[in-house]
Amino acid sequence: MSIFSRVANTFSSSKLTQDVEAELKAHIEMRIADNLAAGMTPEEARRDARLRFGNPRVMGERTAAVDTSMLLESMVRDARYAARQLRKSPAFMITAALTLMLGIGANVVVFGVLNAAILRPLEVPDADRLHMILHHPYGYDSQSYPDFLDWKERNSTFSAMAAYRIRPMGLSIGSAAYKCWVEQVSTNYFDVLGATPAFGRFFHASDEHGANSAPYIVLSDGFWRSHFAANPGIVGATVDLNEHPFTVIGVAPRWFHGIDLFIWPDFWMPAIDEQLVGEDTLQHRFSHNLWVFGKLNSDVTPQQATEDLNSIARELAKENPATDDDLSARLVKPGFFGDTVAAARPFLLAVMVLAALVLLAACTNLASLFAARTADRSRELAIRLAIGSSRWRLLRQMLSEAILISLIGGAAGTVCAAVLLGSLSQWQPFGEFPIHVTVMADARVYIVALALAVCSGLVFGLLPMRQVWSSDSAQVMKGNADSRIRFRRFAFRDLLLGVQIVLCSLLVTASLVALRGMQHSLNAPLGFNPEGVVLAETDLHMTGHSAEAAARIQKRMLGEVAHIPGVTAVGIIDNTPLGTGGSSTAVFREGTTDFRASNSPFVSKFFSVSPSYFVAAGTRLLGGRAFTEQDDVHAPRVAIVNQTFVHKLLGAAIPIGRRFLLPDKQQYEIVGVVEDGKYDSLAEAPGAALFFPLTQAPTSDTTLVVRAALPSVEVVPPLIRTLGNIDPKLPFTIESWHDALAFVLFPARVATAVLGAMGVLAAMLAVTGIFGMAMYSVSKRLRELGIRVALGAQRFQLMRSALEKPVVLLLGGTAIGMLCGVAASTLLAQIVYDATPRDPMVLGGVVGGMTFLGAFATWIPTRRALRIDPSRLLREQ
Amino acid sequence: MVEMPKNDLQGTLELLVLKSLAQMGELHGYGIALHIQRASDEMLRVEEGSLYPALHRMEQDGWLRSGWKVTETNRKAKYYKLTNAGQKQLQEAEQSFEQLVKGVRALLRYA
Repeated sequence: MSIFSRVANTFSSSKLTQDVEAELKAHIEMRIADNLAAGMTPEEARRDARLRFGNPRVMGERTAAVDTSMLLESMVRDARYAARQLRKSPAFMITAALTLMLGIGANVVVFGVLNAAILRPLEVPDADRLHMILHHPYGYDSQSYPDFLDWKERNSTFSAMAAYRIRPMGLSIGSAAYKCWVEQVSTNYFDVLGATPAFGRFFHASDEHGANSAPYIVLSDGFWRSHFAANPGIVGATVDLNEHPFTVIGVAPRWFHGIDLFIWPDFWMPAIDEQLVGEDTLQHRFSHNLWVFGKLNSDVTPQQATEDLNSIARELAKENPATDDDLSARLVKPGFFGDTVAAARPFLLAVMVLAALVLLAACTNLASLFAARTADRSRELAIRLAIGSSRWRLLRQMLSEAILISLIGGAAGTVCAAVLLGSLSQWQPFGEFPIHVTVMADARVYIVALALAVCSGLVFGLLPMRQVWSSDSAQVMKGNADSRIRFRRFAFRDLLLGVQIVLCSLLVTASLVALRGMQHSLNAPLGFNPEGVVLAETDLHMTGHSAEAAARIQKRMLGEVAHIPGVTAVGIIDNTPLGTGGSSTAVFREGTTDFRASNSPFVSKFFSVSPSYFVAAGTRLLGGRAFTEQDDVHAPRVAIVNQTFVHKLLGAAIPIGRRFLLPDKQQYEIVGVVEDGKYDSLAEAPGAALFFPLTQAPTSDTTLVVRAALPSVEVVPPLIRTLGNIDPKLPFTIESWHDALAFVLFPARVATAVLGAMGVLAAMLAVTGIFGMAMYSVSKRLRELGIRVALGAQRFQLMRSALEKPVVLLLGGTAIGMLCGVAASTLLAQIVYDATPRDPMVLGGVVGGMTFLGAFATWIPTRRALRIDPSRLLREQ
Repeated sequence: MVEMPKNDLQGTLELLVLKSLAQMGELHGYGIALHIQRASDEMLRVEEGSLYPALHRMEQDGWLRSGWKVTETNRKAKYYKLTNAGQKQLQEAEQSFEQLVKGVRALLRYA
């Protein structure tokens, strides 16, 4: 007994059966009463009543069955019948369910990501009142610590405000040092977020008594498990951070990872301890390196808070004209590094739209499948109508088929999507960074999936019902079918297919544009040549080296690495261009005395490099000289700049020997000019960059740029040995420069992958759509075609009449889709480097691709049309 | 006397019920049984219990409407009434029955 009929039984045994029993009992009692009145004995009266009535139990059951038939039981029957019908045409069922699966699956994945990245609230209390306070312009939007303290002190709209920054650090456990990611936070951080420790304790504002007063760290749950074997005894223990002792005071709960999406730091320490780990930035008002967020008072709107903060910004600008001249504030919802995700939002939404389009394409496919099926069954349906089946009954049955298919397809799609999302959550796109793309599907995702499946199944499965509704059974049965309405019905199916082809060619265009952009960006002039280069990146602070020691060690590294066999050049830069570090500074013209930011003509990226860096990196020196060992602290300050820097500072004048100033009021002489390059992203406009000699601008951030004539697998082992000899505890990240570029290529890679996947889906759907239509049109007209062959029609004429419509649709749809694709590419250009559809490769690719799809899809129907054997055909029909 | 078969000639039983309700307005199941018996001069007698599945089915089809009421003898019983669809159904059923009778009669008189 199926679960459904059990449910039906429990249901019917209650109210329904009672009703029936009461009705039958009344009947029998009335008969007995009448019999008694007619003079029978009670015994006779009961016997007679019983005889006339028949078996009351059987009658009761039968009556109740009539009532329940409208309820669950009949639904089960409908479903069984539908399943049987579908089993009889497995090709139809599989095609329909697969089609739906693709559409639903794509949507669930995209919605899952969208949900995780944008829709899901932060997992902290009062998340809706948390706002990040950013500096006005993009890219330069973090805050300095003194400004943070002033914001916090003077505002009247936030109940609390905290700050944090994330950086790598060396943690020594025993004799090994690990590179870890730590959030340096204001001491009130955990209290503002309303978090409580899993055990141990958190640090609070009350622990803070001036700089370096709270050498405590709080471990994240994941780090505690992976590095301390989940040992609760760790609380109270001492660990070394950059060779300085810190006490572990607690472990954060499993869910807690701060307020940045996808970022899971290893532990937290008070920012005021920065000097203990070798940093010294908090006291500088010009040093913008903190993210600030606050919790709004409950009666304050974000608007009021922004006004409040901006009036403070104006005060600060008056008090500190040199540094806070252009200070301003805007509030954003916490996301991924400020509002980095906001930049990706249009793209995510666009992808959602694309996914919806894929679903629409799947649905149009579904609709034409159902339409074809209904047309094939029109005779059966007509007969059933004629013998008295109600139209509602037929509708109900087709409805059950549509629902069954949509549930199967939807379930399959959702399962695939859940698997995909699951593997996405396991994925760490940048091994080096503590990023987990936590996009597990939640209830909301599943509800959306179910709703999508049922809606699309129902709406598009039932569209063809209009045929049944309006068909004249007598006409249909006579077999010359619906010559009258054929024109209109086919027009509707044509429209569906046309829409589908447009969508497909749009998606193919978009993915080709992205693919080409990707290819361009790999060949773009970067201002350096990553080919054959291995990077070894570290921070000498991690093992507690002082600045002077750092310079010595760097020199030793350069000398010893250069002797590794196969190494042709080696240089040092603090942060590689297109890496994740790097800083900017305002630049001033020679003779300036006003060092307010607003007086600066432009902002430039700056780097510290060893003399040999440009050779090792493959950056061309266009004029002047490279640095030498003589450019040390005792020599005049010098710099090498790029072409854009020259152009912005001096226009067309000869740059060598000219001077400029920086906010430290020092004068720098330009001794060399190098080619332009990309520094932050591949899609950026040319920007100014300047390079200092390492000897004049020492830094502990050290990236060895090792150019070798040998493959990297042969260079890396001796490189590791050599560096290990210099400082065995120092952790290095060693990778080829190509791999290190993964971060900047990431958006373009994702865009290409997503668009490619969508394009493939759309292409598959279009192929099945065109195939279905061509096949159907050939099979419907087999007889007519057969007669024409018999009358001597040429093959070409035959093909033309059978396939004219699909081909016209294909050509028209492709053209429209390409136009839409061209329009959509402007959006793509924000993400993908050099994305332009006006590229012969792209246009040719789309036309070629669509033609191939069309040919592929019409191949079998064409063969079928050409192989018509008129004599056999006419005999059979 | 014609004993009505239990399940066959379903249409005939439905016709009898519809006609009874058309003639008498509102009746409970027992009332319908009595009416068929009386109005047919005791010639037709339905198995009373089999009325009920038919009544319920006809209600599902929208030909009848039902409701619980108290009888003259102060008993609770379910009363049935024709709907508009039921009226129409009755006309069709009467016609097809006439035809059936005509056909059967013609067959019987075939020499």
